[in-house]
Formats: sequence, structure tokens, C-alpha cells
Amino acid sequence: MIRFILTRLLQTIPVLLIISMITFTMMKMAPGGPFDREKKIPEDIKRELEAYYHLDKPAVVQYGIWLKNVLKGDLGPSTKYSQRSVNELIGSSFPVSLELGLWALLVALTLGISAGMMASSNPNSAADYGPMSFAMGGICMPNFVLGPLLVLIFAIHLGWYNANGWFYPSDRVLPALTLGLYYAAYVARLTRGGMLEILGQDFIRTARAKGLKEGDIVIKHAFRGGIRPVVSFLGPAMASLLSGSFVVETIFQIPGLGRFFILAAINRDDSLLMGTVLMFSVLIIVLNMIVDIVLVWLNPRLRFE
Amino acid sequence: MGQNVLLKTVFAGIAFVAGGGLLLWVLSGFGDRPRKADDGIKKGILHIGNGTEPAEIDPHLTTGVQEFHIQLAVCEGLVSEDPKTLAPVPGVAKSWDISEDGKVYTFHLRDANWSNGDPVTAEDFELSFKRALMPKLANEYAQMLYVAEKAEEFYKGEVDWEEVGYKAVDEKTFQVTLKSPLSYFLSLLNHHSFFPVHIPTVLKHGEIDSRATRWTRPGNFVGNGPFVLDKWVVNHVLTVKKNPHYWDAQNVRLNEIHFYPIENLDTEDRSFRAGQIHRTNKLPLSKIPFYIKERTPELVIAPYLGTYHYMFNTKLPGLDNKKVRKALNLSVDREAITRAITGGGEAPAFSFVPPNCAGYNSTNSLAHDVERARELLAEAGYPDGKGFPKFEILYNTLESHKTIAEAIQQMWKKNLNIEVGLRNEEWKVYLSSKTQGNFQMVRFGWIGDYVDPNTFLELYTSHNGNNNSGWANAEYDALIAKAEATVDTDARYAVFQEAEKLLLEEAPILPIYYYMSTYLLDKRVKGWYPNLLDHHPYKYVYFEE
Repeated sequence: MIRFILTRLLQTIPVLLIISMITFTMMKMAPGGPFDREKKIPEDIKRELEAYYHLDKPAVVQYGIWLKNVLKGDLGPSTKYSQRSVNELIGSSFPVSLELGLWALLVALTLGISAGMMASSNPNSAADYGPMSFAMGGICMPNFVLGPLLVLIFAIHLGWYNANGWFYPSDRVLPALTLGLYYAAYVARLTRGGMLEILGQDFIRTARAKGLKEGDIVIKHAFRGGIRPVVSFLGPAMASLLSGSFVVETIFQIPGLGRFFILAAINRDDSLLMGTVLMFSVLIIVLNMIVDIVLVWLNPRLRFE
Repeated sequence: MGQNVLLKTVFAGIAFVAGGGLLLWVLSGFGDRPRKADDGIKKGILHIGNGTEPAEIDPHLTTGVQEFHIQLAVCEGLVSEDPKTLAPVPGVAKSWDISEDGKVYTFHLRDANWSNGDPVTAEDFELSFKRALMPKLANEYAQMLYVAEKAEEFYKGEVDWEEVGYKAVDEKTFQVTLKSPLSYFLSLLNHHSFFPVHIPTVLKHGEIDSRATRWTRPGNFVGNGPFVLDKWVVNHVLTVKKNPHYWDAQNVRLNEIHFYPIENLDTEDRSFRAGQIHRTNKLPLSKIPFYIKERTPELVIAPYLGTYHYMFNTKLPGLDNKKVRKALNLSVDREAITRAITGGGEAPAFSFVPPNCAGYNSTNSLAHDVERARELLAEAGYPDGKGFPKFEILYNTLESHKTIAEAIQQMWKKNLNIEVGLRNEEWKVYLSSKTQGNFQMVRFGWIGDYVDPNTFLELYTSHNGNNNSGWANAEYDALIAKAEATVDTDARYAVFQEAEKLLLEEAPILPIYYYMSTYLLDKRVKGWYPNLLDHHPYKYVYFEE
């Protein structure tokens, strides 16, 4: 397993390099720069600014400078927030996204798995159709509709929560629901599918024939196999949950990483964009690796190779 | 079997923690938070929505309006603004003398203090202005300070600082020698590039001309405004608290101001309705007609110093003919646009400078005259639009720009029988197309930097970097230069009228509407007056139940 992890980690190096190169090239191809403004900056001042951020050098040199600094652990300065470094911006916003992501994950897993289990133990009954239609609704409802809707009902009309902000413990509830319900819907459908597949297999029939209680069969024997599709889905899902959602962070005014991801591209804030892309890539790679390890543990037929 | 027990325990544990957590968490909504707007009124805390996250608050590095709203709380220039009229009133300078020729301003400083207790001296201003003009700092608004003698030469490295027209005569006397008499110079001093910074603090955290230092962080920051920086969480909130060392501290009635960088207008609107803020920065376009119809008492619509217009690329065949440009202007029904499309109370723009700009009201007016427009088009060689080249209107991607462009497209089709296309581009792409002249007609919103017609009319001089129309008119340039050299306001405005007449006659532009600042304001906030720049000096603001 150690060898597996080490190999995987070694593979990430070229992957990250390629991702950063592609991002950098696309960014340089986009017209407009960080210092294009509605009110134009005088040419000589713009030259000073570009020199300060090395933007006057050829793109290859710029990439070289960026890479050299990254190896030293410095993601560079932000052109938009000139007194802050990308390290600082990511450092302050990632924990917020992480916290929100974990709350949302809690919502997704508790609601999703229980709904999926309920549906799969009574297939084609009301207990199946009810949660599954709800889940379908959850998948179809975009979070920019759900979020404002929750705010209108629970914050403005009922006054139970704040409409937005990230100040009090209760400020976590509405955004986590908005973000989590969508994933809960997926998890529910995947759980149901996975469970039904397992429940139809021979070893379950044997267990039933042995006279085991249905509850024990579902929890002890079927769950471990039935949950596998959910675990595979969780890798990329967690990466996007934990790295923040632009929409939810905007609707609820949350100081997370997701907004920088989009705003950096809009502002042509090169280092910030590269930093967030890198962060996101590392998250995806690491989480996928963890998922692979968990899958091996869940499925004895797989081995680390 | 052992593994099953383990699994069972794990599941039970997860279920317990998750269930209990969820319950606690959902219940947490009850009772952990006050309604900020009500609470703020008791504690003297003003909560305001402030658009985007401030890039920084160093007055020599910022460019935006949002940053200015914060600087207005934590900095003070030589003069300050009257909260109603924005006319210059004494700030750090308690009085000033102006020389006969209008070129030398001598400011007499009062006993003011920085937030750490240091006295504010004339030297502080001199060093601050010097810093603002240091090329390495790359202050985007350095040009503002070029009004003084030799300042531009200093920026370009041609002269030493001793020759520049910003001088501390003694500890409490500061003198500015201008290149030419500038009757709006005092208003200019309220621009953030003329705010002083505490140089010892800047130096404590880095080079004087370094862009990336930590001197403006809470705890480090030292300012001379009525408030001082307290907390700053990026993309969340920035708070300032009353500065006890401020010279007029006994008249400052608020204890704190919290600025929320709420970029999304709908989010901000909901924040106001949930009682979390006293003022929104703007309003979603879709909401304004509703609030107008409901006569919402909190709704404020006030004229704003900006003009939404189209700029023509006058180098292109067809558009190089002023008759064509004039015809395009005359065939647009501006009233219909502001009535039926923009819907936010905007005023149709029949001239370029917005009304009541420091007492200047344009005597020129663009009529809506379709007959005359057709004649002009025919005279230009395109009778009934025949043979008119195909043009496109360029705008940055936004629904409201699109609907306006569509309306104008239709008006031209109907009135002149000409076809124009629409082209939208993402913000930065649009800016780069505009700067490079890669357009035929482009949407352009111009917001004045200070209250004087010059901030608008100077835009279309041939040497202005923002004039991408290709229109260069020596007579116009001469008029603007003449106005700059004129001291008497009436005489100056007469020259501006002449210049604006020429601008509208030559028509490198097509004014559409004047901007409004539209927002919601809690009725309990007093001492807050709508004005052209949407500046609200906070020392006059107070609450009344």
C-alpha cells in the first residue's frame, strides 16, 4: 500500500506540471490584462505596473519565474489585491470552504445514504418513489434557485437565520443545505442503485435462506458492497465541495476559495488563478487516491497494484 | 463477525454524531444572533453594503469607489466635503489663501492628529504627495497630482523633488503651486490620491514605494480620519472604529462602521430585507421598478455624476462623416429608453455633462428629430439608409447593456432603415477591444472623478488616453485648454458650453442616459444626504429612532 501511495504521488508531479502549463497558456491567450480598466491607466504607469509583476517579460520567462517561486512554496503576488500574496488569500479562504464543504458533506451523506437505503429496502413502493422523486428534484434544482428560496423562507419571512454572512454558527445551516442537498440527491440515487444490485446477488439469497434478519442482511452484508458507487463518486465530489462553490459563496456572502477561483479569471489575476487551480488539482488527486484506498478496503477482490 | 461489530459501532457512532449534530446545528438559528440593523442603532454601529472587496486601502494605490468609501472614514485631506453639496470645507487645513493669479494655494493646518497621537504636519503632506508620485509605486492615479508645477517631470525622473510645486513651508503651512490656475483644485483635493499617509508607519513595514507591504493591515494602520481601521476579513467584512485622536472627535457620532463587500446585488438586497445592513450599495435592476411602484420609503434615487454613452470609431468610412454621427444621434429616442428599458429612474442624456455639475447645466440639447436625421443621412450619401456600411455595437456582456443596444438597433432600423449588429464581449476582452480601437461603436460609461464639467469634457480632447474614438479636434482642444486657464467661473463655464456644443455638433459620441445612484437606506439613518458622487462623510451621520 505504501508503494501504491508513493507511485501515485510521483505520478502527480507531471500531472500538476501539465495542468499548470495548460492553465497558464490559456490565461495568456485570453485578451485583456489585469490593468485594463474602464478608465485607462496612463501608458507609463501601466509599464511600471507590468514591470513590477514581471508581465513585461515573455510568457515562458513568466512561467519560469512562477514555477521557481512555487517550488519555494510561494504562489506569488496577487495583481488585484496588491498588498496580499496568493498564499495569504488561499490560506485565509480555504479553511472557510473546507468547513462549509464538511457541513455540506454531512448533509449529503446523512440524507443521501438514509434515503437511498430506505428506497432500496422497499423497491417500487411509496418508500422508494417518495425519496427518489425528491432526489430527482434535488438534482434538477440548481443551487442558485434553491439558495435564494431557502433565504426567502427561513431568513426573510421566518427570521430564523441570517440571510447571509459567516459570523454565527447558525450561518452555516442554509449554505450547507443549499450545497449539500444536490449531492445528497446523487448519493441517494447511487446508494439505491448500488444496494439493489448487491441485494439481488446470490450471497444475499444465501443469507436470507439462513434466516438472518433483513436488517442485519442490509447493514452487515449488503451495505459494504452497495456503498461502493457512492465512494467512487465522493472523490471528485468532495474535491469540489471542499474547494468551495462560487454560486453558494456568492449567494451567502461566504469568504471562501470558490469565489477567488472565478474572480481571478475575470480579473486576469494570473498568480491567484494559478494558485487556485493548483489547489483544486491537488485536492482532486489526493481525494481520488484516498477513494481508491477505501475502495480496495471495501472490495476484497481489488488489490493495490 | 468482529468486523461486523466494528461496522455496526461505526455506523451507530456516525448516525449519532450526525443526527445530534444536525439537530443542534439547525436549532442554532434561534437566539445566537441579534438583528444587526437594530443592534447597530443601539450601539452606534453603521452596517453598510459596499460592493466589491477593496483591493487595498492605501490611498495611493487604489482606484475604486468602494475603496474610497472606506478611505473617507479613515483618511482626511487638506479640505473635506460638505455632506450635502460636496463643496470644499476645512479639513486638516483650517483655512487657505489663494494668490491673485489663482496659481498658489497656501494652506494653514489646524492641530490635527494621526490615530497614534502624532501631529499631522505640512511635511506629512509633502512626503505623501512625493510618495504618490514615485514611479516605482505605480500609483494608477499619479496623473491627478500632475496639476502642480513640475510634478509630471518628477514622475518621469526629469527633475528633483525640490522643484515640484508641493512644499511644506513650516510645520503648519503647506503650499501648492499649480501649473495653471485651476478653479476646481479644492474639489480635487478630496480625491483619494491627495489623502496623506503616515510615512513612519509605511516605512516601518517596507520601502516607501513598495506596493506589497502590510502597513494597511489592522493593527498596523495609522490614519488621520474620524475612524481608524479595526478588522479586515477578505471578502467578508471590514470594520472601522472611532478615532479618539481625531481633531473633531467630539462631533463624530458613530462608534463603528462595518463595510460588507457584497458583490451580488440580490444577496445585498436580501441582506437589507433581513435587517442586516442599513444601506445597500446598489439595487438589482429587476427590483427597482417594484420598489418604485410600492413606494418603498427606504428607496433612494439620486443623480450620480456619470454618463452612459456610445462612442463612435470616427476613423471608419461612414462613421467618419459627422452628418452620419449626428443622424444616428437624432434618431434615438432617449426618453423611451429611460422610461421603458432602464427603469431605474435614470434621466435621459441630451448632452454630455450631467446636470448640476458644480452649477454647470448644459445649454445644448440633442433633440429627438427623425426628419432631420433622415435628411442628414441623405446628405451624407445614404438616402433611406441605402449603401450604409454594416456596423456593430460593442458592449460588455450584461443583460441591461444588451436591451439598450437592441432598442437602439431597432430605432435605427425603423427611423433610418439601417442595420447594425450587436457584439458582446467579456469585460476584459471588451476593454482591450475598446483601447485598441477594435470597434465601430462601443458602450462607454464615464463616471466623473470630481465635481466639475472638466472631468467630462476633457475626456474627448485628442491627447486623452480614454478617447478611443479617433476624433481629434484642434478647436476643441484649444477650448478645453482655455477653460483650464480661466479663473472666473462664469467665464469658464461659457467656454465649456462652447466646447460641449462643438462636441455634440461633431458627435463622436451618442449620450444615452445619466447615471443615478439607487439604493435602500434605513429610515433611522440621519445626516446622510444624496449627492452627485455618492460620498457620505461619516462624521455627520447619526441614528434617530
